[in-house]
Amino acid sequence: MYDSDTIAAISTAVGGAGIGIVRISGSDALQVGDHVFFSPGGKKQLSAQKSHTVHYGYVKDDGQIVDEVLVTLMRAPRSFTTEDTVEINCHGGVYATRRVLETVLKNGARPAEPGEFTKRAFLNGRIDLSQAESVIDVIQAKNEYALQNSLGQLRGSLRREIHALRERILYQTAFIESALDDPEHYSLDGYPPKLHLEVEDLSGKIEKLISSSDNGRIIKEGISTVILGKPNVGKSSLLNVLAGEDRAIVTDIAGTTRDTLEETVSLGGITLNVIDTAGIRNTEDYIEQIGVCKAQEMAKTADLVLYVVDSSAALDENDDKILSLLDHKKAIVLLNKSDLKPVTTSEEVRSFVGGRYPVIEISAKEETGLDALEQTLKTLFYHGDLTSHDEVTITSARQKAELIHAKDSLENVLESISMGLSEDFFSIDLMDAYAALGRIIGKEVGEDLVNEIFGRFCMGK
Amino acid sequence: MSLVEEFVDVVVVGAGHAGCEAALACARLGMRTVIFTVSVDSIALMPCNPNIGGTSKGHLVREVDALGGEMGKNIDRTFIQSRMLNQSKGPAVHSLRAQADKSDYSRSMRQVLEQTENLLIKQLEVTDLLVEDHQLTGVRTYSGAIYHCRAAILCAGTYSKARCIYGDVSMYTGPNGLAAANHLTDSLRSLGIELRRFKTGTPARIAGSSIDYSRMEEQKGDEKIVPFSFTTDPGSIQKKQVSCYLTYTNERTHEIIRKNIDRSPLFSGQIEGTGPRYCPSIEDKVVKFPEKDRHQVFIEPEGLHTNEMYISGMSSSLPEDVQIAMYRSVPGLEHAQIVKNAYAIEYDCIDARQLKLSLEFKEISGLFSAGQFNGSSGYEEAAAQGLIAGINAARKIKGLDPLILDRSEAYIGVLIDDLVTKENLEPYRMMTSRAEYRLLLRQDNADLRLTEKGYEIGLIPEDRYFNLLKKKELICKEIERVESTFVGDHEEIQKFLQLHESTLLRSSASLSELIRRPELSYGLIAAIDPGRPAFPEDVCEQVNISIKYKGYLDRQRKQVDQFKKMEGKKIPDSIDYENLSGLRLEARQKLAKYRPASVGQASRIAGVSPADISVLLVYLKHKTG
Repeated sequence: MYDSDTIAAISTAVGGAGIGIVRISGSDALQVGDHVFFSPGGKKQLSAQKSHTVHYGYVKDDGQIVDEVLVTLMRAPRSFTTEDTVEINCHGGVYATRRVLETVLKNGARPAEPGEFTKRAFLNGRIDLSQAESVIDVIQAKNEYALQNSLGQLRGSLRREIHALRERILYQTAFIESALDDPEHYSLDGYPPKLHLEVEDLSGKIEKLISSSDNGRIIKEGISTVILGKPNVGKSSLLNVLAGEDRAIVTDIAGTTRDTLEETVSLGGITLNVIDTAGIRNTEDYIEQIGVCKAQEMAKTADLVLYVVDSSAALDENDDKILSLLDHKKAIVLLNKSDLKPVTTSEEVRSFVGGRYPVIEISAKEETGLDALEQTLKTLFYHGDLTSHDEVTITSARQKAELIHAKDSLENVLESISMGLSEDFFSIDLMDAYAALGRIIGKEVGEDLVNEIFGRFCMGK
Repeated sequence: MSLVEEFVDVVVVGAGHAGCEAALACARLGMRTVIFTVSVDSIALMPCNPNIGGTSKGHLVREVDALGGEMGKNIDRTFIQSRMLNQSKGPAVHSLRAQADKSDYSRSMRQVLEQTENLLIKQLEVTDLLVEDHQLTGVRTYSGAIYHCRAAILCAGTYSKARCIYGDVSMYTGPNGLAAANHLTDSLRSLGIELRRFKTGTPARIAGSSIDYSRMEEQKGDEKIVPFSFTTDPGSIQKKQVSCYLTYTNERTHEIIRKNIDRSPLFSGQIEGTGPRYCPSIEDKVVKFPEKDRHQVFIEPEGLHTNEMYISGMSSSLPEDVQIAMYRSVPGLEHAQIVKNAYAIEYDCIDARQLKLSLEFKEISGLFSAGQFNGSSGYEEAAAQGLIAGINAARKIKGLDPLILDRSEAYIGVLIDDLVTKENLEPYRMMTSRAEYRLLLRQDNADLRLTEKGYEIGLIPEDRYFNLLKKKELICKEIERVESTFVGDHEEIQKFLQLHESTLLRSSASLSELIRRPELSYGLIAAIDPGRPAFPEDVCEQVNISIKYKGYLDRQRKQVDQFKKMEGKKIPDSIDYENLSGLRLEARQKLAKYRPASVGQASRIAGVSPADISVLLVYLKHKTG
């Protein structure tokens, strides 16, 4: 058997589907199952059940019900990977599936690498040897996709923060190691209490990252999207169409939306966190003015701007102003009201925006043009390929698992300090945390420590 | 046709610390061996620091000894001061270091060589390697003599095209004014071996009579001396030791250096070789760490038969006049008389990625390389490689598989794997932080890790092997006993715990649980353990460490299990990376160039990603079924 540690991942597409499956595979799969699965009576132990049986119950995290589930049990070698396998059928949708996966990861499984189930199936002889090439393709494709997503999801500020945390960890480790390596030059007298303070602070910062990841800083699936446009071009109608419900008040009176509205919507598996804004125009209305300012602010920080233009009206100086807000941003121009008699054609709009942004004709009222929008979104954000959208979530869960790993390692350092262990034990856990944080931003440890020792500390004879 | 023609099994080129171990291993394994040196007076010479061991290097010496090498025994015979460093730290970083009497060390090693059967010493420079169809067949000396052999081991150290420099003085000599070897690397180059230029340096030697020790801090040896070799009886080496002395540079020293920095060949670009960050020259330190207002300087004796003192911490290549001024600015050295000037030395060496893990060249069968010539630094690193190259040359001739220690078995494994796998841009020095499983690779258990291997190889005699087996058994049984012996709420026990400020017992606990308490140890609880048999000290030490750090040790053992899986996946020599489509370009080029022996080794090559490793695994499975 190639490798028997226990891995887990969501093995269904995340998003629209009603059911999601979290798959656990490896030598401890049944034990992990025991930790997270509880039958209604609470008595049934999963690992004591027969192979290829289905069980009803709950996934619980620290006694709290996470989801109502059906669990399938497959013992080695009669499973896809030929390893002990537990599959948890839970409720679909990003949130529920992810919570189940996180619970599983907390209880002894590690996040699967991209393509790892397939790889294991192959290495364990489950897949025909002639399929080696296609297995390689799967691994490569999934890796590229995951990497792209992993980096894509990390905003610059977050990446900087993880980088800063790593630097601080590395510095402390290098100090310890310098003293161990050159005890006649560097002394560790009185150092443990100082390290304790530093590690407490580091651990607290990581804790914050973990909790913020729950409400979506790191792993919020979705593109932060702002709808811009002049008043009454159909921005709110667009939001309602996307959301599938009447979220925004739609009237014929220009300037109805005075503040911003936020909605999470799904379009062909892509999640958008859409903010509807007040229409942009020069206005005397004080409250509307505030709305306009806010819209401009929102546009600055968004991943995507949907710029709605009314095809039944002419372009004017307000459009110039909106166009200037799109600078250096990903944007799509939506030529709305294609159901009405056109005044402004898509050619005019294209030349108006200088060909910098795609222009799509839609009708929010008739709900047409949404397919084209979906296709354009995929091109803009996923390079046209969105077959494995589940990787986004898996990548996210992986990132969170690494944060938890890093924090646990730092907690170990604190414990070792309080137990009065000597400093060489601290650096083992410190480097563990360093490596875990590195995996989030795609950095390996390599020679970092040795370089830091020589770079920061004056060593040697 | 050459006038002199000899037939031997193994030729060793160079008689430094690598060469001596290599030649001894070969000869002891029954190979007719000849060792060449530019000067028989420089056998096992210590041209730089006068000590053996130190952090992580002490581990290497212990491992060399556990496998049947000579370095540990030789320093036990010739040391003049001994210290166990890092004693207040965890057992994994305890490191033994001994000051040597340099001339005794050299003389004693020469005697061992001379008294070893099958071993011949020759004072001649080897200039050419004879290779036919990627197979080494012999060597030629400067005198024209030909030595046909079945294997050769290059241990040329820092002698190849060596140049010593200080200020604008530049001499084409090896260390300590010895003749350089100016031909060998040309021969290697013509065989297609890639060479590069490294640099290192040494401080001045100052006449002890000119030093005012009263202005320095005395550094004495340990009261209880611990030997390096597992075969040395500790009782036999307790002796009077000499002291070292500690002083410091100051702002005036740094000012002198800064004023003259443009006269340093290192800064004026006269030296092209890459120097080690580990032992920077004093001018390097002053430039790189301007915020430090002083640097430590250790004054170490070179031996009992000389009053030369080694000025550790102040290696330099500044001009002679600047050296005098700089040394004299240090407290205690005001009237210093320099015996030997400090100098930097540049030399040819190889990129060790051209070697297999056995230290044999990938492209030339029968040719091995070890020591500083492989781009390492330090006597201990050299000796460790020499021993492995010697063992493997002999095994190759006998048709046996090479001895390859992996990263989880020995510092030697880490050292060699790093050298032949990773890109090293400077002389490589061992460090405990390089060993990912260092809690398991302690200097105290080197015999338990390696002596069985040494016995199987044939370098460890039977009685030593049986003693080891006995020791293992004692440790094992005693751990079991301590784990299954319980104590409870008795007055005597509680009194003991109170005495050591340890929490009192409410219910019964095993002795091992008590040992794990930070404030207690196996040694301490002897007071409440009347059933304990008498054991030698080394057995007690192992029992204590095994129990006290069990949690951490188990964790590392688990990591080792994972590591071993990847190391166990061998890559066949016949693999064709060019046609392995799933690999990224960079990975494919690197793998094709360095041809790692296992998937584990492949994963440590810079530029090979985890995805590439997955692809490699799938491919190997496909090929081997």
